[in-house]
Parts: sequence; structure tokens; C-alpha cells
Amino acid sequence: METYFKPQHLADFPRVSDASPELGKKFFDYYGAVFAEGALTAREKSLIALAVAHTVQCPYCIDAYTQDCQQKGVDLEQMTEAVHVAVAIRGGSSLVHGMQMREQAKKAGM
Amino acid sequence: MRQAVIRLEELAADLAADRASPRAAQSLRRRAAPLAAPAEQLRLLGSLPLRAEFGALAEGLAPAQLEIFQVNLGKLCNMTCRHCHVDAGPDRSDAMMDDATVDLVIQSIRASGAHTVDLTGGAPELHPRFKDLVQAARGAGKHVMDRCNLTVLLLPRNAGLVDWLAERQVEVVASLPHWRRPNTDAQRGDGVFERSVRALRILNAAGYGKGDPRRRLTLVSNPAGAFLGAAQAAAEREWREGLRKGFGISFDRLFVLNNMPISRFLEWLQASGNLEAYMERLVNAYNPGAIAGLMCRNTLSVGWDGRLYDCDFNQMLELSPAASAHIRDFDEAAWRRRDIVTARHCFGCTAGAGSSCGGQTS
Repeated sequence: METYFKPQHLADFPRVSDASPELGKKFFDYYGAVFAEGALTAREKSLIALAVAHTVQCPYCIDAYTQDCQQKGVDLEQMTEAVHVAVAIRGGSSLVHGMQMREQAKKAGM
Repeated sequence: MRQAVIRLEELAADLAADRASPRAAQSLRRRAAPLAAPAEQLRLLGSLPLRAEFGALAEGLAPAQLEIFQVNLGKLCNMTCRHCHVDAGPDRSDAMMDDATVDLVIQSIRASGAHTVDLTGGAPELHPRFKDLVQAARGAGKHVMDRCNLTVLLLPRNAGLVDWLAERQVEVVASLPHWRRPNTDAQRGDGVFERSVRALRILNAAGYGKGDPRRRLTLVSNPAGAFLGAAQAAAEREWREGLRKGFGISFDRLFVLNNMPISRFLEWLQASGNLEAYMERLVNAYNPGAIAGLMCRNTLSVGWDGRLYDCDFNQMLELSPAASAHIRDFDEAAWRRRDIVTARHCFGCTAGAGSSCGGQTS
């Protein structure tokens, strides 16, 4: 394999579980149901997916949900804000662990 | 006739001097771009590797009862949007309906069984005989739709036009790509969103967009890029809330259209490297359920030169169901028996939830 990520993988994704079709079907049925209009709108779910895609740093998901958000009428400013939500949680998550550091440092220090 | 020509020249000079209307592009014709020619557009579309042809998929596409008499008054417009399928602009006084043709159109409207007259352009309100056509159609008992770009309502020459339209119960079908600024300005020019909001407030103040069927305000959204239109019902809910909260604006309904891969949008697709992927996307999203609601089935499209077409897009590509079809020879019963002309651009109307002058079709 010359590269790990290929754009064609995204188009071929529905075939990923051909060797285990029943599990594949369960997953894709579930996936479809998750993104359907519900208590949250399909548009809200796409924005959440876009933010999570940046958190898990999945190029396939970023490609797919950038397209999906644009198709749902989300503009670049709104998508950028969604990415910043992911960034804030990631950064905040690191920073809040600083509380562990402080506690240990205070306990061991004079 | 002579008088109308002089007024057109004045109008074109006015528009050339107009610094207030924002512009995103220049017309293909003005730039002498090869894609200004319909044959070149068809050649480019025909050269793409597609896995299906529209004609083979939509074999059963046939005309239905004529309901909508759509008249394209010409290509003159105060704006020059990047995606325009008409290649309209302030320089397009070369393609405007003349007086004799307007008179023929009025006669045909009176004789027609169509319940609606749909006026488009360019900016139809700029045509010197726009008001004559509206009055004739209303006098004949037709519902009239004005396909309006919103900013044209702010031109000094159109002061009072909104009240005039309201008095005659003309439906305003207004283009607004998005209810927020960024995508609207990207497609139509910097400052268009702000001017559109001003025009919408004038419409609301005249009673438009408040649930009164005599003053119906329909908004028309189309994507600002190489993707399909959003789901119409969900978008309408979002727009209603967004426009009300952000700008205190209300409207009656939202149409979501796809962009047709012709004229300036075709040029943009090619220049931005999106053409093949966009056409593939349209073909992959082909929806047989969209066929029944296609506008070509129940619409007559009259060009600025009086020639007859299945739709405004075929008109721009000069794809006529019969080379000689002209409003002076219009025979409604014979029109019903014609074969609708299709080509690859038609995939734009059948992709996803479908796309027509009346919004999504399935």
C-alpha cells in the first residue's frame, strides 16, 4: 500500500463489510438512523459530525461532512465555528488535566 | 417600437452608471468568452465521461396540461451573479423583447389556458413594458409571478414599484441564495445581502410575506457552490427562524433549486476544477420520482426574441422543440403534443429532491 489514505476509500466505504455483510448492514442501518431528522435536525447532526471528525482527525469524515454541511446550507463561518468547538474541547480537556498536575505538585512540593 | 429602443438605451446607460448595485462577475458575452456560445456549452457538457445519458433514463418524459406561461423579457440586469444561467448583466441590452413581440405575448396570454404568468429575465422589472405585461395578465385573470432579484427594487427608477405590485396582487418570487450574508455575497457580489434585506423589509412593509395569498413572497435559494440544494422543508424552518430573529423579516415559502451546469455556472465549475465531480454528483443523485414534477411538462418558456422552449434552461442553450417555434404561431394543442428536448444539463433538475421553477419536485 503506497499510502494509507485514499479518496476512493470514501466512495467504496459501503463495501467495507462485504466479508461480514450482516454486521455491515446493522452498522449502516444504525448510521442512517442516527443522522435522520429527529429531536435534533439533520443539519445540527451534520455540524456535530463535522466537529467530531476534526477531533478524531479522520480525513474521510472531514471530506464527507464538509460536503454534507455545505449541501445543508451551512456556510464557511458556521463550519469554522464548529471546528473551534472541537478545538476548545480538545484544548480544554488538556488544560483541565492540569488540575491533576496541580494536586500532585502541591502534595509533593513544599 | 422606436420609442422603446430609445428608452432601452437610456436604461442601459443608467445601469452602466449605477455604482450601488454590487456585481460579482462580468457577462461571458462582455468578456467574449467561448462559453458565451450555447453550442460551446453543449460541446463541453457532451465531452464529459458520464455513466448515463438523460434521454435514456427519462424516456417517459412527456408534456402535461399547460399551467405556466413563462416569459423571459430579456437579459438586462442590474446585477452580474457568478452562477447566472442567463448570462445576464447591465451590458445585455442586446437581448431584450421588442414591442411587437410583447404585443404577441399579451395576445397569447389572453388566449391561453395557463393559470399563471411567470415573468423572468434578466431583471424583468427593468423592461420598459413590464407593467403592461403585468396588467394584461392580471386583466386576463392570471396569477402573476415576478422573478425578482430584490436589489432591483432599490433602484431609484423603481421607487413605488413594490406598492404597485402589491395593489395588483403580483407574487414576488425573490432570489436569495442564503439567509446569511457570506454565501449570498459570494455568489451575487459584496453588499448584495444587505441590499436584499432592505428590499425584503420594503416588501414586508407593503404586506408581502405575511400569509396573505394576495401578497405572496416566495424566496428562492440555490447553493453557493458545486453541491445540491438543501432539503426544502428543513431549510424553510431554519430560514424562517434565522430571518425573523436576525432581521425581523418574514416570508411565505421557500423554493430550493439546484444550479444548472450551463452559462456562467458552467464556466465557474470548469475554472474551479469542479465540473466532472459536479456532473457525476448530478447523475448519481438521479431521482426518477422527480420527473413527474418537472417544469418542462407544464410550462411554456418564451424567449426575448419570441421563440418557444420547454424551459428557461433550454432557452439559454437554444434547444427548441421545433426550429420554427415562435409565439406568433403558438398553438396550445400542438404544443401539448411536442417532444420535450433533453440533454445532459437536465440532470440538474432530477438530482436529489428534484429542482424546478417551483422548487423541489418530489
